[in-house]
Amino acid sequence: MRMTAPDGSLLKTLALLGALSFGLGAGPLLAEGEGDEAAASAASESETIKVGVLHSLSGTMAISETTLKDTMLMLVDQQNERGGLLGKQLEAVVVDPASDWPLFAEKARELLEKDDVAAVFGCWTSVSRKSVLPVFEELNGLLFYPVQYEGEESSRNVFYTGAAPNQQAIPAVDYLKDELGVQRWVLAGTDYVYPRTTNKILEAYLKQNGVADEDIMIDYTPFGHSDWQSIVADIKKFGSEGKKTAVVSTINGDANVPFYKELGNQGISAEDIPVVAFSVGEEELSGIDTKPLVGHLAAWNYFMSVDTPENQAFIERWHEFIEDQDRVTNDPMEAHKIGFDLWVKAVEKAGTTDPDQVIETIVGLQTGNLTGGTARMLPNHHITKPVLIGEIQEDGQFAVVWETEAAVPGDAWSDYLEGSRDLEGDWTDPVNCGNYNTETQECLGAGAAE
Amino acid sequence: MRHPYPSGSHASTCPAAALVAASILVALLLACAAVGQTAWAQTTADTSARPGAAAAGAETEAVPESDGAPPSAVRARLDGTAKASAEPEPEPGDPARRLDEQVPGVGAPEQPSLEAALAALSERSFKVKEQAATDIAASGDPRAADLLKALLDGDLYYRKDDGRIVRAERTGDGWTLTEALTGESLGTVGRRDAKKITINNPMRTKLRADLAALTLASPDPAVRFSAAREMLGTANTASLAALETQLAREENARVRDAIELALAIAGLESETPAGRLAAVDAIGSSLYPEARNALNRLITAEADAVVLAAAQAARADIERRLKNNARLETLFFGLSLGSVLVLAAIGLAITFGVMGVINMAHGELIMLGAYTTYLVQLLMPNAIDYSLFVAIPAAFLVAGLFGVAIERGVIRFLYGRPLETLLATFGISLILQQLVRTIISAQNVVVENPSWMSGSLAINPALSLTYNRVYILVFALLVFVALLLTLRRTALGLQVRAVSQNRAMARAMGVRSARVDALTFGLGAGIAGVAGVALSQLTNVGPNMGQAYIIDSFMVVVFGGVGNLWGTLVAGLTLGVANKLMEPWTGAVLAKILVLVFIILFIQWRPRGLFPQRGRAAEG
Amino acid sequence: MGPLTPLRGDSGGQAMLGVLLLVAIVVPVLNLVVPEGSPWHMSTYTVTLLGKYLTYALLAVAVDLVWGHLGILSLGHGAFFALGGYAMGMYLMRQIGDRGVYGDPVLPDFMVFLNWQELPWFWQGFDMFWLAALMVVLVPGVLALVFGWLAFRSRVTGVYLSIITQALTYALMLAFFRNEMGFGGNNGLTDFKDMLGFDLQASSTRVALFLASALALALGYLACRWILSSRLGRVAVAIRDAEARTRFIGYRVDRVKLAIWTFSAMLAGIAGALYVPQVGIINPGEFSPLNSIELVVWVAVGGRATLYGAVIGAIVVNYGKTYLTGAFPEAWLFALGGLFVLVTLFLPQGIAGLFQRLGRRKAAPPSPEQAGEAT
Repeated sequence: MRMTAPDGSLLKTLALLGALSFGLGAGPLLAEGEGDEAAASAASESETIKVGVLHSLSGTMAISETTLKDTMLMLVDQQNERGGLLGKQLEAVVVDPASDWPLFAEKARELLEKDDVAAVFGCWTSVSRKSVLPVFEELNGLLFYPVQYEGEESSRNVFYTGAAPNQQAIPAVDYLKDELGVQRWVLAGTDYVYPRTTNKILEAYLKQNGVADEDIMIDYTPFGHSDWQSIVADIKKFGSEGKKTAVVSTINGDANVPFYKELGNQGISAEDIPVVAFSVGEEELSGIDTKPLVGHLAAWNYFMSVDTPENQAFIERWHEFIEDQDRVTNDPMEAHKIGFDLWVKAVEKAGTTDPDQVIETIVGLQTGNLTGGTARMLPNHHITKPVLIGEIQEDGQFAVVWETEAAVPGDAWSDYLEGSRDLEGDWTDPVNCGNYNTETQECLGAGAAE
Repeated sequence: MRHPYPSGSHASTCPAAALVAASILVALLLACAAVGQTAWAQTTADTSARPGAAAAGAETEAVPESDGAPPSAVRARLDGTAKASAEPEPEPGDPARRLDEQVPGVGAPEQPSLEAALAALSERSFKVKEQAATDIAASGDPRAADLLKALLDGDLYYRKDDGRIVRAERTGDGWTLTEALTGESLGTVGRRDAKKITINNPMRTKLRADLAALTLASPDPAVRFSAAREMLGTANTASLAALETQLAREENARVRDAIELALAIAGLESETPAGRLAAVDAIGSSLYPEARNALNRLITAEADAVVLAAAQAARADIERRLKNNARLETLFFGLSLGSVLVLAAIGLAITFGVMGVINMAHGELIMLGAYTTYLVQLLMPNAIDYSLFVAIPAAFLVAGLFGVAIERGVIRFLYGRPLETLLATFGISLILQQLVRTIISAQNVVVENPSWMSGSLAINPALSLTYNRVYILVFALLVFVALLLTLRRTALGLQVRAVSQNRAMARAMGVRSARVDALTFGLGAGIAGVAGVALSQLTNVGPNMGQAYIIDSFMVVVFGGVGNLWGTLVAGLTLGVANKLMEPWTGAVLAKILVLVFIILFIQWRPRGLFPQRGRAAEG
Repeated sequence: MGPLTPLRGDSGGQAMLGVLLLVAIVVPVLNLVVPEGSPWHMSTYTVTLLGKYLTYALLAVAVDLVWGHLGILSLGHGAFFALGGYAMGMYLMRQIGDRGVYGDPVLPDFMVFLNWQELPWFWQGFDMFWLAALMVVLVPGVLALVFGWLAFRSRVTGVYLSIITQALTYALMLAFFRNEMGFGGNNGLTDFKDMLGFDLQASSTRVALFLASALALALGYLACRWILSSRLGRVAVAIRDAEARTRFIGYRVDRVKLAIWTFSAMLAGIAGALYVPQVGIINPGEFSPLNSIELVVWVAVGGRATLYGAVIGAIVVNYGKTYLTGAFPEAWLFALGGLFVLVTLFLPQGIAGLFQRLGRRKAAPPSPEQAGEAT
């Protein structure tokens, strides 16, 4: 391995390489230095309040998350039209964590440290939230997380504006059990933490309701699973044994299209074996030919088809903003809207964007849902939500067939899981703990150390 | 007959729906038995009172209260609508008219008025609507079947101002309405002025059952078959009578079989052992799940030893046949998965196998083909059934042209440096993904299935092959044969092989190698595009779809032996079948892991794949 | 100059190590000594980012060792990296102790959640740092040894070898995604608290990790250079350029390959182990075949078969990614993809090649590295 460079140019090479490496190494440093300066001056002269948007714009999750990025831009626009916040304009800082989980943590740090944002709206998958969680706790940032998730978490710095399992899964199963008379259950999901938890909760719940072991079939598939032939055939067999059967699907994103296509083609209609999905909304359906799916169900806290003036206004605003009359709205978009409204109210009430004060004031604040009723921020940083069950229609929309009478408060720790039955999250005084054991009156885990 | 769901598909797979209806109707059957009717056949003469119909009228008024809607308002609207609508005369010669004579009990005196029932459909409560549908079915009106069908298909709307039930057609930004009963034109209204009458699953189940009873005498044998199929295991006294009547003059063998089976299943409830034995015999080894379930029920409750033995024998026979069918089904699943792998990989077998380009953009070329399908469907929204025939050549051209552009723009500078093609094509794949995201959208797009690709081909009640899979299997083979012939029998093919075996020699012989390279890469890319058309029928069409196939494609090509088309075919099908054979035991994830481990070990055993290239070219 | 003898003649390497030394001195000073208000202060965010790049650089060196000098294009080196990362992650998980959300003193949260009653056997002992550190090199090493022994013995070469390395990492990815495997499934291992008793969030710990990464990179680089300047290294290059001929001359080609391949995998494992505490999460996404392809691309961008080029490539591409994902979130893939295409077309020797060309203005004959592009 000879790498002989003439002696004279050795220095030149070294200098060049040095300059390059230093340029690279120091690039962020210098940029950041300037940024800090800018931020410092911004803070004193106070032109804008920055809002971080942490959604994947490329990679596998871009399909779902780009819409939420646009939603945030729209909400920020809207707020600025109303005169901004605390007399300042809002500014959205968009970054692309590229569906790469470690990159989520890095970008979260960038938003909080470099861009000095007042709050971050973002994440979709559980793993991305888990990845950024320590960063938000360390740097005392605010994260508004808009997607339905598995629960089992309550962080001081995170506000969960999507549904917890008790705000989606349990009511859906109740509907199937009571209204459709379902006796056998297929719990089908993608193999990750949200389906695992949801199915565990549901399994416990069903058994409590007297469903026998042999009437529950649990099936996990990998992400992006595309060949559903065998599984759908199994479901068909399982459902043809004389008892009314339903599928509770926690199948994630992309895998749904081939799944539903296979259902349609194998002739499983909604009347035979209804599928109730927790991860399929208007956005996902807009990528599927829905004619064969009419009657299959989804449980959410928002449907685009709900006929209220607030929702109409929101949809019109969205169409105007995105410049496309055919774009749909969905549940996580509403969650972002609620989260954003609550944050704005909290900041207005506190008179500052300081995270500690926002965390203190936001609990108990209310804002209107798009589907009617109000959403209230609870001490466990979850919100109250109505639960709606809709049937898929030919046009890719849902027709609401059932809804809860009153809003359901989000439960961070499921009552149906062994380890978390006695846990409770409460970020108000005197408890101030995300996982407080009501039996032993102890704050578990990291909270105990603080 | 063009119907989105060929009768076979529903015929074979409605067990659960039928069973829900069963739960409603079992009570009726029991009631009949209690009265002392010894055999179901005797009820034919004695069914003037149809319990469902009789009860229906009485319940109508009670239901709205349970839903919280003010009953007075409902009634007021009911009256208003009833007055407003004219009484049309049933047309003579209407096929449904015969039903009046055939289905006893429908002409019962206390039948609710069709108009009143119809008006209730504009209610928000599903319970009210369900009752309304029941009333319509029980009205005995010849137009009932038609209305129920329209309701089931989602063609019925109501006008928001007066609640009038109409059929609506989308025109521009509004609706063109026609009165549901009379067909009288009501002009156009705005987009928000008419609202679709939504139905839910229990209603759909009910509607199908009702329609089955009303359409058992339809002139179309396919409709009759699905009607009879619907009644398997759910027949009540009234419908049994109808089945009997229909059986007497049914000529179509398939429909006859279905009716006989429906009667036999009902016969298992017979009071006499002889009756039950006859029913067991009649069921034989039918593969309909309802038959097996009925036998299961019988076996758990049967006291008579002879009947029990016969039923157990029949069930064992059924189980055996089901097992055989399941084996065939698994094989088909495997071949189908294999055909998808072959399709995805076969373009790569050209660009990678023949040309030696490690083409990481292969998946994105597949994606381009799928997006072409989407665009073609956008251009011809009214001819989705034919869109694929346009999309296949279009996708070949689009992806092929991209391929030629990639080859001319980038790859031609990299011959002799195969690994660098990996780097460049990886960059190209990122660019193509983002291009689609920017130009079209980051979201998935809808590619519709033509009606002939939907549904399934019912071989027997327990084994049906989905049409899309069958066509794609055939299509994969066709593409393979076409490609093989192109390489073996055409001048281009000769030149391609010459250049890939010995570029310098080929050039010396006068082959314009640059042109051949461009065309070969274009061919491989075009085939990838065609694969995209097929995949668009199975799975997502989105910016990331290519990445889902790239790894598998490389595995298939390498497993089969680089540079050998037959290898790709055999490898794809083998891996598909192996995967599906393992799946029942290991689950989908582990099956895939095992297949990968198998490939790793196989390559140790045969380091150049299934069909290794021999000679000098292999060393290159 | 004993340990630096392998660097003789490697001007690029000398320069790279010089810069590394400079950075290793300057960064801690800027972060820890310069007060926070000063424009010269370097935030912990940047320190961690730089630390991450350095671990990537070490990984790239490991890839370049086998690709550039042994002729094995590994599309599965991400697997060794991730395994090293998981070993470290398991140690960090055990360090959480009862500070997990369920407060279980032994079981990590995801096991409590899966209702596991006791620690699986393969998690035993990972609370001891020395064992975890051993596993960081041992697990990737043993896997590489077994895999390499099988593959080299059967003389699997070229694209076949590349594709089965890809199959390896793909299979591992699917396996680690499974929750039953006991590695946290899709979520992987995260929410680490401290390491060797030091708080992972603290700036000083971060700087220490950064320095450890710099040290590992320097030592790893020197070790690779040392191997390459030894007899073993020369045989390796011979294998790259003419495998059959080397075998016929009488060298045990498979043993040479196996030794260097295994060493490279261990280096990748170390890189992974340093990566995990800095980014704070390890999950099966690291096994993704696309990640492994991307890291081959870093090496190509930097300049294959130069070692220091791999370092440059890893840093340039990743810095580009950090910068572009923030500055042009909608269009950064165009820039990155374009970079790959342009580098291949116009800088076939990568960035290092550019330097060499600049250094060779006086029309020196092309170096032997530029030949030999055998698959």
